Amino acid sequence: MFDAKFHTALYTDLYRIRTAEEAIQAHYNEDEMKTPMHMSMGGEAIAAGVCAALDEGDDVFGTYRSHAIYIARVKETEKFFAEMYGKKTGTARGKAGSMHLASPEHGLIMTSAVVGTTIPVAVGAAFAHAKKKDGNIAAVFFGDGATDEGVFWESVNLACSMQLPVLFICEDNELAIHTPASHRHGYERVTEVVAQFSCEAESETTTDVERIYEITKDMKRRMKETGRPGFLHLPYYRYLEHVGVNKDFNQGYRSKAEFEEWYTKDPVTLQRKRLIKSGVIESEITALESEINTEVEESVARAKQAPFAEAEETYKDVYHE
Amino acid sequence: MNNPRHITYGEALNEALTQEMKRDESIFVYGLDVADHKRILGTTNNLVETFGKDRCMSMPLSEEALTGFGLGAAISGLKPVMIHIRVEFMLLAMNQLVNMVAAARYGSAGKLAVPFVIRSTIGRGWGQGFQHSKSLQSIFAHIPGLKVVMPTTPHDAKGLTIAALRDNNPVIILEHRWLYWQEGEVPKEAYEVPIGKAIVRREGSDVTVVATSWMGVEARHAAEIMARHGVSVEVIDPRSITPFDEETVIESVKKTKHCVVADYDWAHCGFSAEVAARVSQKCFKALEAPVERVAFPETHCPTTRPLEDEFYPNAKDIIRAIERTLERKPIDLGKETFYSYEKKFKGPF
Repeated sequence: MFDAKFHTALYTDLYRIRTAEEAIQAHYNEDEMKTPMHMSMGGEAIAAGVCAALDEGDDVFGTYRSHAIYIARVKETEKFFAEMYGKKTGTARGKAGSMHLASPEHGLIMTSAVVGTTIPVAVGAAFAHAKKKDGNIAAVFFGDGATDEGVFWESVNLACSMQLPVLFICEDNELAIHTPASHRHGYERVTEVVAQFSCEAESETTTDVERIYEITKDMKRRMKETGRPGFLHLPYYRYLEHVGVNKDFNQGYRSKAEFEEWYTKDPVTLQRKRLIKSGVIESEITALESEINTEVEESVARAKQAPFAEAEETYKDVYHE
Repeated sequence: MNNPRHITYGEALNEALTQEMKRDESIFVYGLDVADHKRILGTTNNLVETFGKDRCMSMPLSEEALTGFGLGAAISGLKPVMIHIRVEFMLLAMNQLVNMVAAARYGSAGKLAVPFVIRSTIGRGWGQGFQHSKSLQSIFAHIPGLKVVMPTTPHDAKGLTIAALRDNNPVIILEHRWLYWQEGEVPKEAYEVPIGKAIVRREGSDVTVVATSWMGVEARHAAEIMARHGVSVEVIDPRSITPFDEETVIESVKKTKHCVVADYDWAHCGFSAEVAARVSQKCFKALEAPVERVAFPETHCPTTRPLEDEFYPNAKDIIRAIERTLERKPIDLGKETFYSYEKKFKGPF
């Protein structure tokens, strides 16, 4: 169905996300990236698959766990690392850091560190698209913890009552920090509850980036046909601790066996295998990987050397002048 | 212009919205019951008829989501005007307001602009009790990134609303419930009252009274009484809490050497404390007495009329504060009438 070029493009996204986060892991202990890291590792396929299915004019909103979304949407690591290092050359000259990483000029409008807060903002952006009749949508990523928040349900109700072109994407890792869904939810399946609203709702568990691309494309088609909002529930496994760059299977709230099972379907490995199966030769893949490795290494090095913003930056952009 | 036109504060707000919505198609008005038969005390009259249902929208009771919705619309090139019939309902949206709306421009290093107007009715009504009568300007003004204005006259209601609609920042407009029926001279054409400019409402030489919102009405009442007793009171209406025009106040206090701040909000950690601190710092040598403050006491607003009267400061409290700062003996106020305004309203209101 998809050609080698498409397989490669998605693998490029996945590999760049994974490599950038591995570089964060490698350098975080140097204590130069002074920003709390909420790592995407394990969830790369959702970001890459959904973003590949979106159009250039669509808006994307995310959370404090948005490294993968940023790289999938913006496809670069220069400004990314500069922002991680808090430098003047970063996306927001160091004011945003990892938790507010965004690039409005690339359609990644906002990310936020308070759970659920970008969800209604995406509904407002969708209203603007509906008003302009430009055919674009607003897509908002959030974790399953956000579905505990009142504003999630307010936003779903609002979007459904107004029939707005907004796509809600629940990246479900079953954990709100360390508390499992079973302790938090007074219902079984969120998708079934959301499906009671006037929207298109779908749930599927997969680490296959191309399957996620297809699910998203199909959801966008349904949204267009029915004029209703969409809700995608996509479970995944968070490889690392809630915040920080380490594994935490020794903490007792989850088992390493769980991880090992999910890891057999690791999204990056899965797509690499597909490339080989589809006839791309190993040396071509290695060349691509090595190119990305170099790009990431150089981004890190340049970010380290870049200057911090001048003190005046602290006071800029409080108001529009 | 020899024939000044007088309309009410509520009509002035309606006129501002109507004229600006005609000028700028990106403006839309939304909130609970903005398009119902009561029309937010008449201030949204004819908007749905003139501009249609997608520019004047009654919404679900979801204050937090609706505030985020306004932010999303604003950063996408629209100009939302959200309306709350009671300021207490804004507390449900503080997360969006403080974490998102106020910081969106900063967090994007200036890439996002948030032209977002939020109007709310504040203050005393008719037995409104402790959840329908607050003012809260100090809470909003505490947050960088938000502008906060409190129009007192019909002229300023129109001019500040138009200025807010032409501003590229989030602007909160706090409108006292009793002011909607105040009449005043209002030019027919559209005009702006600049946000961040105070105005001297009454010139005087003995004492400066800085009065916000309804306290401006009480301050002018107090000034009239004091004038009969030989005290010349200068009344300043800050109009804008953020940004605050301290120069106008400082210039006045340097002249009168006495200052009373009458704020329509709690005293503790309130705007009155901010004004007092700045005046004390900038006019330290000119001041002949400490800055006096008249504001809400550290309790809640009770429902019953006699206790409600006890809670709300009025012209009498301002007079007593003026007397303290001028070290004058209290004048006999037995023949004066206070708290007369609420008698105009019949319930439920």
